[in-house]
Amino acid sequence: MQGSRIAAMKRVFTDLHLRLNPDDKAVAKRVIVKAATIGYGMVAVPFSLETRENEISIFRNICSEVKVDFASRADLVPRTRDQLMRLLRKLRRKFEVICVVCGNKEVARQAAKDRRVDLLSFQSLDFRGRFFDWAEAELASNSLAALELDVKPLLVLEGSARVRFLGVLRREISIARAFHVPIVVSSGVGAELLLRKPREIAAFVSLLGLDEASALDAVSVNPSGIVLRNRGKLSSGFVAPGIRVVKEGRDC
Amino acid sequence: LLKRVKRRYLAVQVNSDSAVSQREFWDAVWAAVIRLYGEYGASQTGLKLFDFNEEKKTAVFRVSLITLPQVRASLVSVTRIGSNEAAVHVTAISGTIKSLREKM
Repeated sequence: MQGSRIAAMKRVFTDLHLRLNPDDKAVAKRVIVKAATIGYGMVAVPFSLETRENEISIFRNICSEVKVDFASRADLVPRTRDQLMRLLRKLRRKFEVICVVCGNKEVARQAAKDRRVDLLSFQSLDFRGRFFDWAEAELASNSLAALELDVKPLLVLEGSARVRFLGVLRREISIARAFHVPIVVSSGVGAELLLRKPREIAAFVSLLGLDEASALDAVSVNPSGIVLRNRGKLSSGFVAPGIRVVKEGRDC
Repeated sequence: LLKRVKRRYLAVQVNSDSAVSQREFWDAVWAAVIRLYGEYGASQTGLKLFDFNEEKKTAVFRVSLITLPQVRASLVSVTRIGSNEAAVHVTAISGTIKSLREKM
C-alpha cells in the first residue's frame, strides 16, 4: 500500500504530443505554461525532417523558463519501408523520441519490428486506415515500440464518428494489452482549451477498457520511461544496453 | 432496507475566454454525460449543482460515488459551453461539502 503511494507520488506526468508551431511563440508559450500549471512535468513537441536546431531551442528555452522537462521528438511519415529505414538512420541519434506515423501496412509492420522506433501512431480515424492488429502487436511486443493514442479526436469528434472511433480504440487497447505492448496516451492538441489534466485524461481513457493504474501509467510511467531510456542511449557514456562508460583515463 | 447512497462533492474550474452562465454550464455538463452514457447512465449519476460562481467560474456539484469515474470522463469531453470554447477541470473531490471547502 505504502509502496504504491510512493510510486504515485513519483509519477512524472508526460505529454509527448503537443502540436505547437515554433513560429507562433506566444501560443506555444501559453500552451506550455498551461501544461505546467495543470500538472505535466515533461512535454514533447514533434518536429519534422526539415526542423532546424534553433526551432528546437525555442521550445527548450520556454520549457526551462516554466520548469518543465522538454523532450525532442521526430514524427516520421514514410511511404515505404526503405524510406523509413533511411529516416531512422538519419534521425535516431538526433531526437529523444521517434514516432512513426503508419500510413500503410508495409510501414506499420517495419516500424513495429524496428527497435529504433519508440512510438507507433495511427492517425486515420477509419479502422481500415489503422493497422494495429494482432500481427502488428506481436511484432511490437518483441521490440521496444509503444502504441500512441491521441485524445484530441475524442474531444473534437461528435456523434456517430466518435462512437465508431471509441470502438476502434477499445479494440486496439485490448490487443495491445493482450501482447503487453505499452500504451502511451498523449493530448495531440495545440490549443490551451483542449488541454486536460493528466488525471482527467486517465479517467477519460478508462472508457476504453484500461483500469485506473494502467491509465495513469499511460500518461506517466510509459512515456517518461521512453524518454529516460533514450536519454541514456544518447548520452556520451553509452556503449550497449547495460554497458556504460563510468570513467575514462589512464588510471582506470 | 435500502442502502444509503454514497456521494462525492466535486469542485470544478471552468476555463473559457468569455463569460459563462450557470444555466449554460449545467446544460453543457448534462449534455456531455448524456452523450457519453445515454439517458439511463445519466440517471444513475445523481448530479446536483450546489454552487456556481460566475465571476470566478467555479462550481460545486454532487455525484454518486459509483458513477464518479463516468462523470469525470464526461467533464473531460466538455469542449464548449454555450457557443464558446471551454474546458472544465476538476480541482477537488471530497466526501463532504465542508472538507471540500477546506481543500479549495
